[in-house]
Amino acid sequence: MTSTNYYRFKPWNIGRVLIWSLFALMLIVSPLVFRSSLALTMLSQMGYLTIICLSYNILLGQGGMLSFGHAVYTGLGAFVAVHAMNLAAAKGGVPIPLVAIPLVGGLAGLLFAVLLGYVTTKKSGTTFAMITLGIGELVAAMSLMFPGFFGGEGGVTTNRTYGSFFGWTFGPQIQVYYLIAAYCFVCTALMFAFTGTPLGRMLNAVRDNPERVEFIGYDTQRVRYLGFIIAGFFAGIGGALASINFEIVNASDSLSGVRSGGYLLFTFLGGATFFFGPIIGAVLLVLASVLLSELTKAWLLYLGLVFLFMVMYAPGGVASLIMMNLRVARFGKFNRLWGLYGGLLLTGAVMVVGAAAIVEMVYHMQLNSALGDTVNFMGVELDTKRATSWIGVAALLAIGVALVEVVRRRFARVWGQAQEEIEAEIKRRETA
Amino acid sequence: MAYALELKALRKSFGKTDIIRGVDLAVSAGERIAVIGPNGAGKSTLFNLISGRLMPSSGEVLLNGQRIDGKQPYEINRLGLSRSFQITNIFPKLSVFENLRCGVLWSLGYKYTFLRFLSNLDDANERTEELVRQVGLEKKRDVHAVNLTYAEQRALEIGVTIAGGAGVILLDEPTAGMSKTETSHFIALIKQVTIGKTLLTVEHDMGVVFGLADKIAVVVYGEVIAFDTPDAVRANAKVQEAYLGSSVADAQAGH
Repeated sequence: MTSTNYYRFKPWNIGRVLIWSLFALMLIVSPLVFRSSLALTMLSQMGYLTIICLSYNILLGQGGMLSFGHAVYTGLGAFVAVHAMNLAAAKGGVPIPLVAIPLVGGLAGLLFAVLLGYVTTKKSGTTFAMITLGIGELVAAMSLMFPGFFGGEGGVTTNRTYGSFFGWTFGPQIQVYYLIAAYCFVCTALMFAFTGTPLGRMLNAVRDNPERVEFIGYDTQRVRYLGFIIAGFFAGIGGALASINFEIVNASDSLSGVRSGGYLLFTFLGGATFFFGPIIGAVLLVLASVLLSELTKAWLLYLGLVFLFMVMYAPGGVASLIMMNLRVARFGKFNRLWGLYGGLLLTGAVMVVGAAAIVEMVYHMQLNSALGDTVNFMGVELDTKRATSWIGVAALLAIGVALVEVVRRRFARVWGQAQEEIEAEIKRRETA
Repeated sequence: MAYALELKALRKSFGKTDIIRGVDLAVSAGERIAVIGPNGAGKSTLFNLISGRLMPSSGEVLLNGQRIDGKQPYEINRLGLSRSFQITNIFPKLSVFENLRCGVLWSLGYKYTFLRFLSNLDDANERTEELVRQVGLEKKRDVHAVNLTYAEQRALEIGVTIAGGAGVILLDEPTAGMSKTETSHFIALIKQVTIGKTLLTVEHDMGVVFGLADKIAVVVYGEVIAFDTPDAVRANAKVQEAYLGSSVADAQAGH
């Protein structure tokens, strides 16, 4: 009995060691591969956002708690961290090394989660969401009433280079990156470990069916509350790392409902049903807010559209798309999909280019018409005053949509057949 | 010696409507009781009152001599009373194994801990494996509960109910919606997993009732009108009237 168990779990562990080693390696090597200062800034942001999105997913994915106020805990963690840094830098202040500041932020997040979470987790479902929204607004409004702590509209600034740690001053961005990366790795590992503990599993049970949990000996409120506190701790660490990275915290940004919405949106996009989904979400969040916003003024529109399509067609996010395809590949049925994916990519590109051209022309007319009638779109000059350019891009969009639809239908058929074969295969193995 | 489960003048009303109108019942340890009665008689409400899902309006519920009325369901469960549901009530996105392990955890004292790994809890895992075998779901061990067949979900429902090792088990229509062959197989399962336990079950299938129960409690309009051995209940005039009343009346009207 026990020996078969042992045998069962052994192959898993090798896979896990491999994956975690790769993750560590990626964190170490990334700044050596992407060497520009922009890349380093982005990597730093991805690091702490990974912690934040994963902590958010303890609520959303693992506990079924739709929170609209996660920025409260990242934001308050960041403020406490900034004050701790200033305190440590002051003459005769408390000697807290910079490497411990994220823990200070984490404890702050934890304490506020203990305080506010008690009310929040009294209820579940829609009521829970409403309370988080209310508390989020409450804290955001309060920040303006206590300018001493929150720094009013200007925020609170700090200087992270107040001490050195084994020769590291944390002045250069690369040193800050490695601090963030170290925390990112440890926190990710801890949060993954949490999913394998009794509390972590009961949190899943509460997500699935809170009523039944009450009848197997567990107080659902307590389970939600404890999960909320743990999420608050890691959120605080993430917020503190953000404040170290930027050396400024501003309440109107860090505590805002928009920020909370961003965490929700990208955790969902990355995929709330798998542990690693939010990591993808964090990467996408940085790519969208840094790169896409550089590329086009209409980036929020594109983001909204992507979110919309994701909710409608792939509610499990990017992570679920990956896992679904891995499943097909594991059953050796992926070969037939290569061509179709290529087709989807090509026709999809045509459609997206057509749609984007229209969006960019409209945006140009609304915002930049003083600069002239033409807009440069992917190297092509489009004249917004000439009918031919409108007809041209509209035709491109129409052709794109038609082609995508043709390929999509083929794809749906082949995909459905592959799934049926897999189901049959599973049935066969079960009866065998 | 105290009864395993005792109800004293238990009442429940919703607004002005009395649903349970003074129920007295005393169940000794190890007895198997079938609770029968027409639709709307208050059988499920009775179970909800005992298990803490609903608060009684008045009266007492005693578990092994200890008052449990007014307690939360999880407190009652920790004292050794577990129940199943008429409408399957499991964790759809967890595997069969995880479902059963969730039911095991509290009873082994793991509570809310996040400082130990589930995979290292040997006693919990062994107990869970045993449960998987007991309810006959070895082949579905790692399948999500939502993907089970109806009969398998009902078996899992029973498994989750008995997982914590409670001494008093309430089963609310365990065979509801099952075919004849499934039912007989299922009754054997229930008998086997509740050996040595006190069992109360709501049941409509009379074949099941007479096959399973040591004693039968007949609930009509929120009252227990009879509580006796199957043969005595069958011969009871009040029961015959309640169950056959309409047909007797029809027969008389026809003459």
